Amino acid sequence: MTIEIKTSTLEPVRNTYEHIKRRFGDKPASRYQEASYDVAPTHNFHYRPYWEPDRELNDPRRTAIVMQDWYAHRDPRQYYYGAYVQARAKLQEITEANYAFFDKRGLGERMDEAVRARVIRCLVPLRHAELGANMNNVFSSAYGVATVITQAFLYNGMDRLGIAQYLSRIGLLLDGNSGASLASAKEYWMTDPVWQGMRRYIENVLVLKDWFEVFIAQDVVLDTLVYDLMYRQFDEVLTELDGGDIAMLTEFMKEWHKDTSRWVDAVMKTCIAESDHNRETIGSWVQDWREKAVTDLSPLAEIAVGEGALNESVDILNKRLAKVGLNS
Amino acid sequence: MSPKKLSLKEKYSLLTRDLEWEYSYRDYKEIFPQEEFEGIKITDWSKWEDPFRLTMDAYWKYQAEKEKKLYAIFDAFAQNNGQLNVADARYVNAVKLFLTGVSPLEYQAYSGFAQVGRQFGGVGARVACQMQSLDELRHVQTQIHAMSHYNKFFDGLSEFNHMHDRVWYLSVPKSFFDDARSAGPFEYMVAIGFSFEYVLTNLLFVPFMSGAAYNGDMATVTFGFSAQSDEARHMTLGLEIIKFLLEQHPDNVPIVQRWINKWFWRGTRVLTLVAMMMDYMLPNRVMSWKEAFEVYFEEAGGALFKDLARYGIEMPVYAETAIAEKEHLSHQAWSIFYNYTHAAAFHTWMPNEREMDWLSEKYPNTFDRYYRARFEHWREMERAGERFYNPTLPMLCQTCQIPMGFTEMDNPTLIAYRQSVFQGERYNFCSDGCKDIFDHEPQKYVQSWLPVHQIFQGNCGGAEMEDVLAGYYRMNLGTDNLDFHGSPDEQRWNHWHNLQTAAEQMKKAS
Repeated sequence: MTIEIKTSTLEPVRNTYEHIKRRFGDKPASRYQEASYDVAPTHNFHYRPYWEPDRELNDPRRTAIVMQDWYAHRDPRQYYYGAYVQARAKLQEITEANYAFFDKRGLGERMDEAVRARVIRCLVPLRHAELGANMNNVFSSAYGVATVITQAFLYNGMDRLGIAQYLSRIGLLLDGNSGASLASAKEYWMTDPVWQGMRRYIENVLVLKDWFEVFIAQDVVLDTLVYDLMYRQFDEVLTELDGGDIAMLTEFMKEWHKDTSRWVDAVMKTCIAESDHNRETIGSWVQDWREKAVTDLSPLAEIAVGEGALNESVDILNKRLAKVGLNS
Repeated sequence: MSPKKLSLKEKYSLLTRDLEWEYSYRDYKEIFPQEEFEGIKITDWSKWEDPFRLTMDAYWKYQAEKEKKLYAIFDAFAQNNGQLNVADARYVNAVKLFLTGVSPLEYQAYSGFAQVGRQFGGVGARVACQMQSLDELRHVQTQIHAMSHYNKFFDGLSEFNHMHDRVWYLSVPKSFFDDARSAGPFEYMVAIGFSFEYVLTNLLFVPFMSGAAYNGDMATVTFGFSAQSDEARHMTLGLEIIKFLLEQHPDNVPIVQRWINKWFWRGTRVLTLVAMMMDYMLPNRVMSWKEAFEVYFEEAGGALFKDLARYGIEMPVYAETAIAEKEHLSHQAWSIFYNYTHAAAFHTWMPNEREMDWLSEKYPNTFDRYYRARFEHWREMERAGERFYNPTLPMLCQTCQIPMGFTEMDNPTLIAYRQSVFQGERYNFCSDGCKDIFDHEPQKYVQSWLPVHQIFQGNCGGAEMEDVLAGYYRMNLGTDNLDFHGSPDEQRWNHWHNLQTAAEQMKKAS
């Protein structure tokens, strides 16, 4: 049996905002819809930007990708700010427990010296790459089109800062908070030949002007390769070497990548399905950056995992691309 | 060995500042191409003092807590028909002004802080700006959600974003933010981070939220409380950017001073909308605009500028004019909107007797002398069934885009009127402040999308007012616009509360 509390109901005059009604029909809307659709300004910008006088403030011409309506996109996770921070807070709570456990049990001190050295050389320097990923995603958020896309770039950008911070904390757990591991990791990032390709790749993406190309180079090509390489293959290597405890500290990255991939794939799919022009443009960017990535990541892949590791990751990338409608 | 304990500052430095590296495959200037063109000299980004030290894990945790509480209140508000508890239905017009005029600025702030959050060469400054960008996104979205329930029961909210890009008075706040966002990254920060968020926020955010508190608007005031700690972070960032710029190089001082002058004046013009909201639109008044200006600008701002004097920064040039205007601003603005309320998406009305007395008391130097008679006359006209609407279109100030209705401060019966000629064309301004801003960057302000000019040029839907209002603005005529008395908002309100309008009572009695 159910109980029923009587409340007075008033008949609303309308169900939602008009622009939401035009898109989704005359019915109550979700919070994701009201927060995400037709929010960005589109018309009658007053002044051309000093920093780009041949463009409007919000200008769809900042990418070669053409969409008749950028709001054709939809984040399958339906993240607006509130949903986003709640999802991340949940993930960070689990992560916090893992880090606390690792710390309390002194797992860092008990780690084999060779494994520790390998983590500091192969994993911790990624914190710098994550800062680059932060900048690249914030770039696409700042200059992209339509809230439904740009908000997700900002969430992604902030996630990358969070991941850079978790990676730094791994270093601190391994060096007793002295910061020595972070200093070594930075030295590797700056001078170790193993890392120079990766750093070159990131710096090359940082100078791009087309925000969608930035997305392809960073979130599609590089991330698919690096996350497979480091958080699956390198993880397996560590487990074999009895360094599996590190996996507790990288769980966030794995879960996060699964989560963000749903969105990345949705963006790809929608753009590719829109037109041949988009498919070809994206295809040629993918080819270009995949080629660079293979060259630039090879030394790291070999040292971290071994020969053939990068090929495995490239296979995974190609399968992923085929799934969203891009056959190589 | 037991691990070393890190101080918060050390930890934040390792987790954030230390992530930066010196680029060598690409040139710094390629990666940060906007850093030099404004003439600002940055010698050492490492001197940046982090205004707050929040790592992402802590950010997610705190913000998620706040969101959970906030949305619980929104749900309760909707479930219990919280709109019935506002002071009276006139109040909702302040909500309309906020959603159409202010919430889209939160969105612009999200974009603007994302831009500078990518463009600054220092990681500390970048990350602080990125967090503000994310907060601003929060604010626009929570405001849309807070007001979503009002939209279901009141008119004038349903096309807020379409209107923001088009409607004449909304071009005032829109052009303000477009101006900041189209400037370079440092001017943007002085404009928004410092002048707007630090100096003027207590005159914008706080009056709306206090108005909500005084008038039973639980949804909006809960948002206000929830956003308070975000705003506190934004204020510390605004102050840090100023100190940082001034400490980096003496050549920055005159540039920053000019920006402060400009953005203080731009800001006070936008606040005209808040002034009239406080004095005329709140059934339960919080304080007068004049009082708010005295507390938050003259006292608090005065102390701030005293503090900045050691850097060679002075009070904004037109502070004196703004101080004189506090006696007039809201009355002149409300007059303008009363005139043109057939072309506005919210209702206006003449204050009742009690409200007029309140205005007389709060404005002893000006209200009875310059405004009361005019308002009483309009009230008489309305009683006689001839509610006054001004059928012409006003001339707009080229800079702030407000109709040219402000007066000289030494003669409040004379409209202030300034002109400049640029490349053979004549441009009009409401004030010395707006003229100066134009004269310094005429190439920028000749581009202004002035709504009245655009209507006359045929760019707004057609030649008839109805084409513009109903077609181009998407205003529901007879519903969104006109006087509050007789509006569907008023009728619904009375119906919910079984109140009869004065007119109905008279009819019944006879």
